[in-house]
Amino acid sequence: MQVPILKQGAYLIATVQSALTDEDLKQLRDTLVLQVSKVRARGVIVDVTALDVIDSFATRTLRDVAYMIRLRGAETVIVGIQPEVAFSMVKLGLTLEGVATSLDLEEGLAYLDRKGRNHDQEVRAHR
Amino acid sequence: MPPKVILLQHTQEVSTPVEHVQHSQEGPMSGSRDVATVTQARLETTASRLRELVAHLRHQRAQLREEWARLITEAKLLTAMTKEELFAEATSVYDNYVEALETGTYEALQAYARNLSERIIPRGVETHEVVGIVLLLRDVLARSLFATYHEDFNKLNRILDAYEPAANRIAATVAVGFVQERERIIREQQEAIRELSTPVLQVRERLLILPIIGVIDPQRARQLTEQLLRGIRTNRAKVVVLDITGVPYIDSPVANHLVQTVEAARLLGATVIVTGLSPEIAQTLVNIGVDLGKMNTVGDLQGGIEEAERLLGYKVVLMQEPVAHPA
Repeated sequence: MQVPILKQGAYLIATVQSALTDEDLKQLRDTLVLQVSKVRARGVIVDVTALDVIDSFATRTLRDVAYMIRLRGAETVIVGIQPEVAFSMVKLGLTLEGVATSLDLEEGLAYLDRKGRNHDQEVRAHR
Repeated sequence: MPPKVILLQHTQEVSTPVEHVQHSQEGPMSGSRDVATVTQARLETTASRLRELVAHLRHQRAQLREEWARLITEAKLLTAMTKEELFAEATSVYDNYVEALETGTYEALQAYARNLSERIIPRGVETHEVVGIVLLLRDVLARSLFATYHEDFNKLNRILDAYEPAANRIAATVAVGFVQERERIIREQQEAIRELSTPVLQVRERLLILPIIGVIDPQRARQLTEQLLRGIRTNRAKVVVLDITGVPYIDSPVANHLVQTVEAARLLGATVIVTGLSPEIAQTLVNIGVDLGKMNTVGDLQGGIEEAERLLGYKVVLMQEPVAHPA
């Protein structure tokens, strides 16, 4: 099942609706990485609230997405990991290292806003 | 209370099978009637022997009950109860006992034993007392059977054949019921203690504290994780201060579990600050090689809360000198 990707201001929001196969995950990764420069997005939010299971492949793909998007000049934040899912991921040693995570969509947006403001300040300081 | 037929039957030393069948048909229970018709051909069935036994016990009820209550007092059992209570309880135990013998079903007795246990456990009645009184009753009844049938040894044997298994089963039922009730109460109390032992408290908007007192065993560690992660979700917390000042030591599985909890909290977008690590716990963590980069630790709870406030962007300002005695 395809994951819908919405553009909201300077951000892209991908909301996972149901369990994803490995193929779906790869497609999500490719689409996001392609789209992020196309629409000149500054941030990407992947909402995984609907997922009951996040396995090693999903974790690696999400991490790859975050790293690739950083190389393309934007920030990624994973939002909505359920408490049970979070703990079973950690038990399996899947900790999404180096990837920003937030409680939900609202928090994720706040995180990206903060990042953007800091970035603007830095740019201004350099001038 | 005992009907005349039973009395009559009782005075006769040797009762014929015909009489038994008649008696059973007069009786209120259809179950034993079925048994009687099926086994009509046989001379003495267990059912009919038990019936005779029950009739005997019903007839002697007042006397045997008195005797039993006297023995209980003599043996200094159930001292937590008054004499009246003891007698009332003895009466209902006696009736339930006889009923269980009569019907051969133990559900009612089991329910009664559970109910009785529920009432007497809070008053400090011990297991040996409950087992003791049931065994006393068994003996009192057996003695009365000896007294009644001492002239006819064969009959006494047959009656005992029917009585003993049933009586033992009853004793076991009551004892098990009591122990199960106690275990249930203990489980409930453990659950309550556990619930109380890991409070999740919100001290500011988006800031939770979890003070932990006492040893963390694996089960408590699991519960702690659950409460912490759920607390983050429901309070929309960004920072959690986990204070383990009151924890004397932790072993490596629990230490690993704590580290995993901290990581899981990060996946939910929250930062965990661990405070109050004792020298022993610090040593354990270093020995098992915890990646300290992942752990955000501060010396004491106060420091932890200050750090959390800093992360959340709070600034606490002293408005005026504190007043010793507020007016």
